[in-house]
Amino acid sequence: MANVSTNEMKSGTKVLIDGVPFSVIDNEYHKPGKGQATNSIKIRNLKTGRVLERTLKSGDTLEVADIEEIEMQYLYNDGEFWHFMNPASFEQIQAVKAAAEEAAKWIKGEETCRVLLFNGVAIGVTPPNTVTLLITETDPGLRGDTSGGGGKPATLETGAIVRVPLFVQQGEMVKCDTRTGEYMSRAGK
Amino acid sequence: MTAQNWQPSATLETLKARAELFSSVRAFFVARKVLEVDTPILSVHATVDRHIESYSTGDGWLQTSPEFAMKRLLCAGSGSIYQICHVFRREESGRHHNAEFTMLEWYQPGYDHHRLMGEVEELLHAVGVSGASFERLTYRDAFLRYAGLDPFTATLEQLRGAVSFDSDAGAQAAERDFWLDLIMSHKVGPQLGRESPVFLYDFPASQAALSRINGDIAERFELFWQGIELANGFHELADAAEQRRRFESDQAWRKAQSHIVPPYDQNLIAALESGLPNCAGVALGLDRLLMLMQGLPNVAATMSFSGDRA
Repeated sequence: MANVSTNEMKSGTKVLIDGVPFSVIDNEYHKPGKGQATNSIKIRNLKTGRVLERTLKSGDTLEVADIEEIEMQYLYNDGEFWHFMNPASFEQIQAVKAAAEEAAKWIKGEETCRVLLFNGVAIGVTPPNTVTLLITETDPGLRGDTSGGGGKPATLETGAIVRVPLFVQQGEMVKCDTRTGEYMSRAGK
Repeated sequence: MTAQNWQPSATLETLKARAELFSSVRAFFVARKVLEVDTPILSVHATVDRHIESYSTGDGWLQTSPEFAMKRLLCAGSGSIYQICHVFRREESGRHHNAEFTMLEWYQPGYDHHRLMGEVEELLHAVGVSGASFERLTYRDAFLRYAGLDPFTATLEQLRGAVSFDSDAGAQAAERDFWLDLIMSHKVGPQLGRESPVFLYDFPASQAALSRINGDIAERFELFWQGIELANGFHELADAAEQRRRFESDQAWRKAQSHIVPPYDQNLIAALESGLPNCAGVALGLDRLLMLMQGLPNVAATMSFSGDRA
């Protein structure tokens, strides 16, 4: 297994700690002029997203995590797994709920997603930054009604709920930003 | 190498400020009749300091500090001397570190570390650092204030409990100084000199380096500004036998840790045997000083070409 030393860790380096993959966010070197050198690393748990800090002795090494992020096309959900295909090799992989859950509410099929693989197993799925989806349910919303802060909740065909302006109606296509979870514009029928 | 790496890491404006800083440092010492010297960067000897790694060139060692050669000049009767030079420390790289950096080092015969702190403060005022009077804080008081423990009397367990550490400390886990260094780097140091620079003085005797020991304290100081260590000064050890003993003990420690063990400076020992005048000396990192004076984010931004593009 390849190792990476504290002085080679950069933002983006993937490391393995107690079997869990982490991505390095920041690495700061500390050294008293005459004294022991240390590195403070800020790392993100790639499974939970949680950010931690670790203080290591300079020169110490961590195992490199076998992490790969590839673009794959979303195929379908069979009720248990979400299936993706590599458009270049046609190889298919399946993602469990924990890995696909966040993305699942934005995708209905054929979207190109970024799939994070750890030892070849999908541990995370990032949907496209913007998606265009059908509103399956929203209140009619009377013109001029400003209650609810000028918007209303709308359920999309994939299950996501977004706030839309009052004039947007059930059955319309809307464009949303998956990073913020916000409505962007109407996209025509 | 990517194409943009041909360009300097500092702006031309910063390089002008750097030149002005160097020229005001020189003016300060000229006015005080301190002699400018320059000593070899390449030597057959090297530091054996436990935590400083030298570059080996095959024919010798690149200097991590001009200290040994400057002390030999003092022993030869030079009187007050100063030097601005490049020094090299392997493995030191980060926001506040560059393996090659610029050091200002000077020695004043007849001074002790207290008197030299006064002169460091005068120099900083002369080059444009404001702040009425720099606070002077003992190492003990700084730890009491910012880590809630007495570095001289706390148990090893208390020291370990004061800081989070996630590596295996190995044999060093039993060393008080290992934990004191961690507490200094992560808890105490970052709090020092938030407004004006602060002197930290009277270190534990176990961290004497090349300074005189008086009871349980080392007659040594450091200068911190905005949480960053800027200078390190000693009331210089003049006892040749004691110096040899420290070199040998550092070499033994390095050997036990499987670190490279360079040859210590026999010429320095011989010079001390012939007599070093009572003196104090200090080394100050000019890149870091410029970084703080200019409000720059890292030392790379003060250098024509930092390590990643040198």
